Amino acid sequence: MIKMEEPEKIFETRELNVNMGPQHPATHGVLRVVLDLDGETIVRLTPYVGYLHRGLEKLGESLSYFQALPLTDRMDYVSAMSNNIGYCVAVEKLCGIEAPPRAKFIRTIVGELSRISNHLLWLATHALDIGAMTVFLYCFREREWILDLFEMVSGARLTITYPRIGGVRNDISQEFIDSTVKFLEEFPSRILEYETLIDQNRIWLQRTVGIGVISAEEAINWGMTGPTLRGSGIPYDIRKYMPYDAYDQVEFEVPIGTAGDTYDRYRCRMLELRQSIKIIKQCLDKLPEGPVMADEPKFVLPPKDKMLPITHPTDMAYFIIEKACKGCGMCLRACPAKAITGEKKKPHVIDQSLCLQCSTCFTTCKFKSMTVVPGGKGLSDEKLAELAVPPEQLPEDIKEAQQNLIRQFDFIKKGPRVPEGDVYVATEVPKGELGFYFVSDGSSKPYRMRLRSPSFIHAGCLSRLSIGHLVADVIANIGTIDIVLGECDR
Amino acid sequence: MLDTSATGLVQVEEDTRILPPNLIVTSLDKIVNWGRLSSIWPMTFGLACCAIEMMAVGASHYDFDRFGVIFRGSPRQSDCVIIAGTVTKKMVPVIRRVYDQMPEPRYVIAVGSCACTGGIFRTYSTVQGAGTFLPVDVYVPGCPPRPETFLEGVMLLQEKIRKEQARWSPWR
Repeated sequence: MIKMEEPEKIFETRELNVNMGPQHPATHGVLRVVLDLDGETIVRLTPYVGYLHRGLEKLGESLSYFQALPLTDRMDYVSAMSNNIGYCVAVEKLCGIEAPPRAKFIRTIVGELSRISNHLLWLATHALDIGAMTVFLYCFREREWILDLFEMVSGARLTITYPRIGGVRNDISQEFIDSTVKFLEEFPSRILEYETLIDQNRIWLQRTVGIGVISAEEAINWGMTGPTLRGSGIPYDIRKYMPYDAYDQVEFEVPIGTAGDTYDRYRCRMLELRQSIKIIKQCLDKLPEGPVMADEPKFVLPPKDKMLPITHPTDMAYFIIEKACKGCGMCLRACPAKAITGEKKKPHVIDQSLCLQCSTCFTTCKFKSMTVVPGGKGLSDEKLAELAVPPEQLPEDIKEAQQNLIRQFDFIKKGPRVPEGDVYVATEVPKGELGFYFVSDGSSKPYRMRLRSPSFIHAGCLSRLSIGHLVADVIANIGTIDIVLGECDR
Repeated sequence: MLDTSATGLVQVEEDTRILPPNLIVTSLDKIVNWGRLSSIWPMTFGLACCAIEMMAVGASHYDFDRFGVIFRGSPRQSDCVIIAGTVTKKMVPVIRRVYDQMPEPRYVIAVGSCACTGGIFRTYSTVQGAGTFLPVDVYVPGCPPRPETFLEGVMLLQEKIRKEQARWSPWR
């Protein structure tokens, strides 16, 4: 007979093991979480990472410092620009060079735009996971606007690779500045729109207030950074305490929370959006004139407008333009291969079969009658006349242009020689502290490239945040730590 | 060779029977294909960078719903898987399992350079293209592809479904 006094002995309870991911709509990519549940309460949580491990660090060691730059935007693809900037700042410190002031301000502008776009995507997915579909659609509306701005400045939407070692790729246009100003005027009202939807929403409050509470001390011990740490009340921001780029020349506040729960972290990020607007406005006001690439011939690619317009030096041909040639005979006498023939005061002709492509005639001509034909090797004279670059399109200083071409060729093939040493540089990306650690052995490739990615460390905190909560709150906690698996797994 | 059973199938070789050609089936093809191509339901399955672009296509600005494309959370409810992003060796069994869970007819779109060929990640941990372990219907190149390219990929898949014939389709 069953005794009703001891129900525990009759009904044995055991923990339920639930696997979540890697294919799950709310795990922000390919995070896999294994939950041990007691009823609906979480007893144990184990995050499994590595489903997006692409070998980025190892790949970076086999590429030169130039070539590894595009890898960084595939790392944290939600805020690609911030990652590019972090990489460039680190390599610049290793090389001992500094970007010019205008480039620093431009980087700060695009970096903050990237922060806004990251926080918008975070809010969109976080709200979608918790159940607010409208916020998702609203956020993507503004995000497309920022992506259009990125496209205006660099031509790409998501993986941008706009900053370069020693500056930025190209200067920003007035059109970009005007569009950014228009965006900044409009955006505060859009933030209010999101807040109207969820700030005092009862469902939102119930899903976020008191969920994933972590004290300031514990947050530091777990290695949290960025808004995830600031939600617990620590005003730690690398932009403020170890300023890079133009952050020491702008004024902004570091918003902090008090309770350290999901709601406070949400509020922190919403306030950060406003601070980013403030920073971009100041940068646009103070934007100095000048070059956007550092004048460091050892580490920076030569400017395109001061370079011969050819792609490969061995494929080109030299050509004399008939109308411009005065028949002075300078090139005829200078040519070491005796490939140039012609009478005095009549246009000269190059015998392409004898030409050594030494460019002596090109540099001696004083009447700008010589020009180059990209890919013109082995073509007939008529064809060459058709394809020849007009001399007025060639750069002013021909000798410098030739040297620049050789330098560019050398840079692309071998990469710049970087001094020996090691360097760790941390930058404040939207997710937290992104650190780049390089060990250089003096060659053009890093001996070791190591990344300290905030997402990896935050993914580790997930168990601390979730234990004791209900299973549905795991989704809120994954959202609040703002992880991207590309950066986490690398 | 005519099979006189109730199904009306014609035996062309041993163990292979096909439908006899007639007007009803071709019209049926059209209506079945139209139904299939107008409601492609892909699975919410983001792998890497391209998934962010996939979300952008699904969101308000580009609006995938115009094509009848609605993302579903479960493989059991979907008929298309979009491999959006880098496929790592650790991920392959998961993708294959998810694909096997999908009901037929099922289609695969490989989006992005990584899913097409491995892209820039020629490393020890990356699979050099989703075509190595899945029957891919449409390859969409780009790193990541623009949303317009994404939409064209889906339109190409629709074209492919439009030309399907029940007689020869693998999904008989």
